[in-house]
Amino acid sequence: MDCQLDIFFLEAVLNGLLLAGLFALLALGLNLIFGVIDVVWICYAELVMVGMYGIYAVDKLGVPFALAVLFGIALVALGGVLLHYLVIRPVLDSAPINQLLVTGGVLFVLQAAATMAFGIDFKNIGIRLGSVSVLDMSFSYARIVTFGVAIAAMLLLWVFLQRTYIGIAIRAIAQDRAIMPLMGVDQRRIYLVTSGIGGALAGLAAALMVLQFDIYPQIGLQFGPLIFMICVLGGLGNMIGGFVAAVIISEFIAVGGSCFATEWGYAIAFLFFMVVIFIRPQGLFGGKS
Amino acid sequence: MLELAEVDAGYGSFQALFSVSMSVKAGEAVAVIGSNGAGKTTLLRVISGLLPASAGTMTMQGVSLRTTPPHKVIETGIAHVPEGRRLFPRLSVESNLKIGAYIPPAREKFEERLGFVYGLFPRLCERRAQLAGTLSGGEQQMCAIARALMSGPKLVLLDEPSMGLAPVIVAQVFELVRRLRDEGYTVLIVEQNVRQVLKFADRAYLLEAGRIKTSGTSQQLAESDEIRRAYMGI
Amino acid sequence: MKHQVLKHQVLKHQVLKHQVLKGELLKRRWSAWLIGLALLILLPLGVRYGLPASEKYYLHILIQILLWAFIYTGWSLMGRFGLTSFGHGAFTGIGAYGVVLLWNYAGITPWIGIPVAVVVAVIVGLLVGYPCFRLRIVGHYFALLTLALTEFVRLCIVGLRDYTGGSLGTQPARYGDGISLYALQFEPDRVLAYYIALALWLVGLVIWWRVDRSMDRYALQAASQDEDAAASVGIDVTREKLKVTAISAAMCAVGGAIYAQYQMYIGPETVAGLAISLNIVFAVIAGGMGVMLGPTVGAVFTQVLSEGLRVTIQGSATLEKLFGTGALALDTMIYGLLLILFIIYMPKGILGTLMERREKKAHAPAGSPAQAVSR
Repeated sequence: MDCQLDIFFLEAVLNGLLLAGLFALLALGLNLIFGVIDVVWICYAELVMVGMYGIYAVDKLGVPFALAVLFGIALVALGGVLLHYLVIRPVLDSAPINQLLVTGGVLFVLQAAATMAFGIDFKNIGIRLGSVSVLDMSFSYARIVTFGVAIAAMLLLWVFLQRTYIGIAIRAIAQDRAIMPLMGVDQRRIYLVTSGIGGALAGLAAALMVLQFDIYPQIGLQFGPLIFMICVLGGLGNMIGGFVAAVIISEFIAVGGSCFATEWGYAIAFLFFMVVIFIRPQGLFGGKS
Repeated sequence: MLELAEVDAGYGSFQALFSVSMSVKAGEAVAVIGSNGAGKTTLLRVISGLLPASAGTMTMQGVSLRTTPPHKVIETGIAHVPEGRRLFPRLSVESNLKIGAYIPPAREKFEERLGFVYGLFPRLCERRAQLAGTLSGGEQQMCAIARALMSGPKLVLLDEPSMGLAPVIVAQVFELVRRLRDEGYTVLIVEQNVRQVLKFADRAYLLEAGRIKTSGTSQQLAESDEIRRAYMGI
Repeated sequence: MKHQVLKHQVLKHQVLKHQVLKGELLKRRWSAWLIGLALLILLPLGVRYGLPASEKYYLHILIQILLWAFIYTGWSLMGRFGLTSFGHGAFTGIGAYGVVLLWNYAGITPWIGIPVAVVVAVIVGLLVGYPCFRLRIVGHYFALLTLALTEFVRLCIVGLRDYTGGSLGTQPARYGDGISLYALQFEPDRVLAYYIALALWLVGLVIWWRVDRSMDRYALQAASQDEDAAASVGIDVTREKLKVTAISAAMCAVGGAIYAQYQMYIGPETVAGLAISLNIVFAVIAGGMGVMLGPTVGAVFTQVLSEGLRVTIQGSATLEKLFGTGALALDTMIYGLLLILFIIYMPKGILGTLMERREKKAHAPAGSPAQAVSR
């Protein structure tokens, strides 16, 4: 264990903050879906994986990266809509466990599809952004860009939800589902739009992750459970809570990872999560239990 | 304007409305009175489409309501102010009003209508940025009515607007409803407060156990012994 | 006090009435059970003489079915009462790794290792269960919380890589020729392994049956529908749930341990983690959750399915050409598709749906006593 309060510690803390940007973005999508539709997409991380593969494939065809990113976002947004329409809608009124399981099935399907299409080798898009050095600390540009884009996306979403009619409808439906028809709001359409937005956020996260990580079919299992945990910790459905939780968890991972081995950072994060939930079962900012 | 003929409705195996027939003409204020559980709220929910009717016909200016999907009923010109106000508690007053103007024709007129509504209810204008859940009972009722007006309706359905409010506020609410009437809205109001509502409505229907028992002008019903005994405590 | 005694008598009366109602179904058909049991006991001999060339292979499948059926039955003790845990991979992991590590590093025989692992699993289960039940954490939150638990265990396993071999997994050190009572190893002799698995499976069924017959079952059923009402009748909801959690955790730990002893290899992905938990839940759902043999049917279904797919796919030249190494994933894909289809169209599982149909025919007015996931 080499853990002193030195410059490397600070580096880890700051890296944790940068990482939090990505996790917060991922948690945002999941929280949106849960807050509005009251479902948890167990396969959310796999949707991101699909986005990553999509961007990779298109990039390999020679398409400029920026366009590949747009493609990825559109692809996963469509995926979200299809997921809701084909798989979630039939079980919307069943017990929550059914929705979890049905998205669990999608998890397997997507992993298998990726394996069949791309094989099990690690793929990398090969874009290197380099890093910047500040006072003996080194930060990768990819991480900085990720953080910036994530924050921008969250602000954009916030504006959308506050100002536009559909945005307000999305917020309203989470508060009182039953009277939405009285306002002329078609619930089903709002769910589809929300699913699309959730997918788009996942697609954006995929674009950011493709710059930093290798792609392989099982990657969803690495960060999926983490994102669920972040969402529950912040209070399922609460987007600000998700952000705060993302920061906390990321710090545990970054600092724990630099003091001990990587797994322990994660393990401590999970332990912390369980302890907090026992003290406050609805999460840090959760309203309903 | 609004015509109901032989309408049945219920919840699963429990039938709540039996062969209900009634009508509301343009410019009228019509009341539906009856005790708890008589089916008054069910009636409004059937009209606005929240609950499907199992038999009968309903038309709004000739458009069949039974074949209209629930979220399209508002486009026929019917706005429903639900029982218990049902504002969106964590949205601001103005956001609540905005969602009332969700349908495309209302969006075009949003600014204009917002101004009109704030003129009608200046207190809402003061509190426009406040979260709707923090308003007082009377203010919430105001906001709920205002929200319904944002869609530019012809007919306003009011479900027990005085429920849960202190008597002083109740009087204010009925004053508001009177003003609606003056502004030219047709009103169908469901109420338990028989005395107040008969003072302001033109006609009324008495609903008992899901059936229309009597109907007539307000004056007729107010003078009827039966009503006075059962519902006004005389 | 008298109030409680009266309630107890009322519940007991309900139990008897219920048993009479269920009399027509499997429980009372002793003859059917005995014949079934006899067949199962004779099955390996049948395999040996009927399919001599692939005896080992078919016995292997049967053993897998029985072991997983035992684990699934353990899970279903909680699942049938609405306590759908996505974390039972933690218990199988503790069982498997506990036994193997104690043997490899401390030379402790599994005869002691298994009870130790069981105790650890039960403690973990109670530690996690107690706050959950006290605080009424249910539904999504409970599922995700238990998911965190199994991930935590998986991460610890990988983190302790110096002992556990990390992601690569580890093996229990072979004792002698691999067959030993002391080391509880029996892998080379498939017939012996089969009988061990069979005995374990039967024990699991007996446990399920005992829980089902006990008062706890009714208490839990009442609690799963309306906790407040149950509590007002004097049912200590938390204690009942903890009891069932302890048994469930213990069973899964034992299952994991025996699985390790049979496979002679374990990895963090094969005994713990989200995928395992999803497997367990899917198999029980597919088989039928509220029925004793439901999890077993689920095990048969999933094992036969995955083996069948694996054999078909590996044997198919066209698939090999189309997908290369990726062809192996086709069974996962079909697995996932089936899971989706099951949940949408047959949420009560194979056995559950069959039984529901039979009961609808048998007594029209009475409701189905089998608990199911969907409402």
